[in-house]
This record gives sequence, C-alpha cells and structure tokens, in this order.
Amino acid sequence: MDEHAPVEDWATDYDIFDPEYIEDPTPVWRDLRQRCPIASTDRWQGSYLPTRYHDIQALAKMVPELSSRDPLVIAAPPWTDQDPEFPNYGTNAPPISSDPPEHTWIRRLLLPHFSPKVIEDYRPYTEDLCHRLIDRFIDTGRADGAVDYAQQIPPRLIAHLLGIDESRVDEFVEWVRGVLEIGLSQPEIRNKYRVIIRDFFKEQVADRRENPADDLITALVQAEHDGEPLSNATVVGICNLMLVAGIDTTWSSIGSALWHFASHPEDRRRLAADPDLFPTAIEEMLRAYAPVTMGREVLNEVTYNGVTMEQGAKVLMNFPGANRDPEVFDRPDEVIIDRARNRHIAFGSGIHRCLGSNLARLEMEVSLKTWFDRIPEFELDEGPVAWAGGQVRGPRILPIRFDAQRPR
Amino acid sequence: MKVQVNREQCQGHNRCYAIAPELFDIDDYGTAFVIGDGTVPPELQDKARLAVDNCPEFAIEIDE
Ligand code: HEM
Ligand code: SF4
Repeated sequence: MDEHAPVEDWATDYDIFDPEYIEDPTPVWRDLRQRCPIASTDRWQGSYLPTRYHDIQALAKMVPELSSRDPLVIAAPPWTDQDPEFPNYGTNAPPISSDPPEHTWIRRLLLPHFSPKVIEDYRPYTEDLCHRLIDRFIDTGRADGAVDYAQQIPPRLIAHLLGIDESRVDEFVEWVRGVLEIGLSQPEIRNKYRVIIRDFFKEQVADRRENPADDLITALVQAEHDGEPLSNATVVGICNLMLVAGIDTTWSSIGSALWHFASHPEDRRRLAADPDLFPTAIEEMLRAYAPVTMGREVLNEVTYNGVTMEQGAKVLMNFPGANRDPEVFDRPDEVIIDRARNRHIAFGSGIHRCLGSNLARLEMEVSLKTWFDRIPEFELDEGPVAWAGGQVRGPRILPIRFDAQRPR
Repeated sequence: MKVQVNREQCQGHNRCYAIAPELFDIDDYGTAFVIGDGTVPPELQDKARLAVDNCPEFAIEIDE
C-alpha cells in the first residue's frame, strides 16, 4: 500500500508520519479520544494507537502479551549483513527489546549506573560543556538552537559515559539518525548504520577486554550473570541501545523547550525572572512535548477494553498523547510552567521506564539554566523551523536570534 | 500523616525524591523508600501530597 497516501479517517487509517501530525499531533488526539480512543491503521504493517492516559498505562503493563521484542514504531526490516556472533543484532538491544526474565537481570545490572546520585556527578562536566557551546555563537547574535546547541549536548554525555571518543560525536549523531529517524522507514539506510554501529562497538568491546578503563563498556565486559560473563552480543546490543536511546531523545527535549521559550515570550520572561520555576517548567516541557513513542508487538490476538488486537500488529505506546489527556491533566493543551501536579509519562511507565531519565533531566536542567543565564532574551529568527517525528519528535532546525554579546 | 511507597509498583522515576528528599530516598536500583517510619511532619504535608500526585506509577500512598 502507499504508506504516504492522504489520511482518509484518523480512526481507521492514521499515519504517524503525516507532516501535519508531526508538526502538531494534538488535534488528532483530541478527536480520537472522543470518538475512537484506540485507533487503528493498516499502514506500516498495521498498528493501534491509544490516546487516553489510563489505557496507555494499562497497555504498558500488559507484559508479555504486548512484547518489547521489536520495540520501534515500525517493524524491523529484514537485516542484511548478519554476523553470526550477533544473532538478531539490530533488533536485539537489551533491555529495551527484552521481556522478562531477560529484561529483569539486564536492567538490574544497569540501574546502579543511572541512579540520581551517580548521575549528579556529571553536572560540572555538563555545565562546562554548555558554556563552551554558547561561547561558539554568543558573539553572532544567532544560533540554530537544535543544531548548534541541543544536538551537541547528549552525544557528548553518552560518549563520556560509555568511554568512547568525544571528538567523533558528529558521526554518532549521523549514525543514530540513520537508524532512528532518516532510516526508520528506509531499510537500506537503517541497515547501513546498524552495521556501522555494530562494528564500532565490537571493536570497543574487544579493546576493553584487553585494556579495562573507568567507563560503562568496561563495567559491562566485567559484569557476570549466573556466574558467566556477558556475551559480546549482549554487551554490543546494550551499547547500541545507549547510543540510540540517549541522543535523539534528549536532543529533541532540549530543542522543544528552546522552541517553546523562543516562541512564548511571556513564559520566557517569567522563567528568566524566577529561576525557582525551573523544576516545574522542565517537567511541563517533558509533559507537553514528550518526544518518544514506542511500539509493542501483539504476540497472540488479545482483547483490551473491547478492542481485539491482531497477532503481529504493533501497539503504539503513545506516551506523548497520554500526557495531553484532560481526564488526568487540567487544561492539558496549555503549557503551564508552574504546573505542580504533573504525573506525565514522557519517560514511559512500567518495567521499561527510561533508564536514562535522571541523566536526561540533568541535561535538560543544566542546558536550559545555562542558556537562560547567558541569553535570557531570545526569540525565533526568520526561516522555517523543521520538525522530525514518528519515533522521536523534536525540532531539527530551530533558528534563534538574540543580542550579540562577548564570549566569556 | 504517614506516607508509604509500594516498592512493587515503584519503577524509579525518582519524582518523589526530587520533590521531597526530606521524606523519600532512593536505593542503588532507583527504587524509592521512605525515610524513617514515614511519619510526615505538618510542614511537609503539602510536599508529601505533591509527591503522590507526581508519581507516574501511583506507587505512593498517604494515611491521613
Ligand atoms: C528526554 C529524553 C528521553 C526521553 C523522553 C526518553 C524516553 C524513554 C521512554 C519513553 C522509554 C520507554 C521505552 C518503552 O517503554 O519501550 C525509554 C527507555 C529507555 N531509555 Fe530513554 N529517554 C530519554 C533519554 C534517555 C537517555 C539520556 C538515556 C541514556 C542512556 C536513555 C536510555 C534508555 C534506556 C536504556 C531505555 C530502556 C529501558 C528498559 O527497557 O528497561 N534514555 N526512554
Ligand atoms: S515517584 Fe513513584 S515511581 Fe518514582 S521513585 Fe517515587 S515512588 Fe517510585
């Protein structure tokens, strides 16, 4: 079928890659919540789209009937260039692609590396990084908030954490977009970058087995499960996930927040005048502009709330849509930067709760505070803003202008 | 007032700890637990309620 044909009816033929939906999905969700709270489509091999908070919470807990074994919003293409040492590599990215029991032990192994207290140690590095980035453009009075700032931060944090070469971050970004964004619906591109990432980490893992360092890759090669070291396939799968999950997502969140404040001067002035609002403002950005939609696979036909979901179809974990449900949030489509009660699920819900949520929150806090500290007055510049969406939604081009200042 | 975390339901979003570190702490695996026996002094009762209302897993309970 023509995946890009105009949508006939959003209840039975939705397209999460429709450009208008990417730009602003909220009218579609409002409509669907009223008349068809679990929509369906035959596009992209068939999926279901829930739009109510409590349904999404419940569906996220239907484990393993709704399996994570292929967790992106579009089913994995046939993988080319298979390496027998890495069976099912590309899909196999634990723990996001695992169901229990594998999920449980791999996640448990990783959790201590991502606790709030451990992540807090990254603050000075992140602050310094944000200042250095701003120094590069502050004297020009113009910046692309997505390309020159938001995009630069997460890959460096991930490189720092994994212990991989920070000077190659532009390549890492290219690879991640190759699998998650540009290549998501283009199998040759997705395959190409998937192999690049695999071969890169294969080398890194071999190196850490010889030369242990103080980084996450070393911790993983030294870890054991049931008295056995982890296989190369598991370690490379985890590293692949760290790279892919940590970059586009956080970049999108920082970018969406900058877009919001550049285009809503009242909120910008209010936050600049009252930095105590940062904690609620950041949660409100995460709620209103939640970037990530995930997928589950229906293992056997299953009925939820009267909707029978076919075997093999995807169920989209519409966390962004949940966050706009009027049943749970007052005035859900207004952005209220001092919203105190905010049970949003931008980081998911249930056993796959984002492992990097503490890191992502630190990056958002430091990047926004540093920007506001250095550039409290800014607005959208001429030229279009470009959004990406589908799997991860956020601005990819974001022209901003402000009064030029001297670098530090 | 007493506050309690259901550790089976908690998935470590760490919202309670961010909002009320006087009442909640987090173990190495990100799971929350209450400090002491969970008794909430009067001046922290609003914070305790906010923690309840920000927990995405509905894992915190209050006994008034
Ligand atoms: C604002 C930024 C981010 C958002 C909105 C976000 C969102 C999410 C969501 C919704 C999930 C749940 C997936 C599911 O239910 O299938 C998830 C899982 C995950 N995220 Fe994030 N993420 C962000 C940043 C990060 C960062 C910085 C890392 C760092 C390494 C990371 C690592 C992970 C991992 C490893 C998982 C899998 C956890 C599991 O399956 O147990 N994320 N993320
Ligand atoms: S906010 Fe809820 S899920 Fe998160 S750590 Fe606290 S109790 Fe656990």
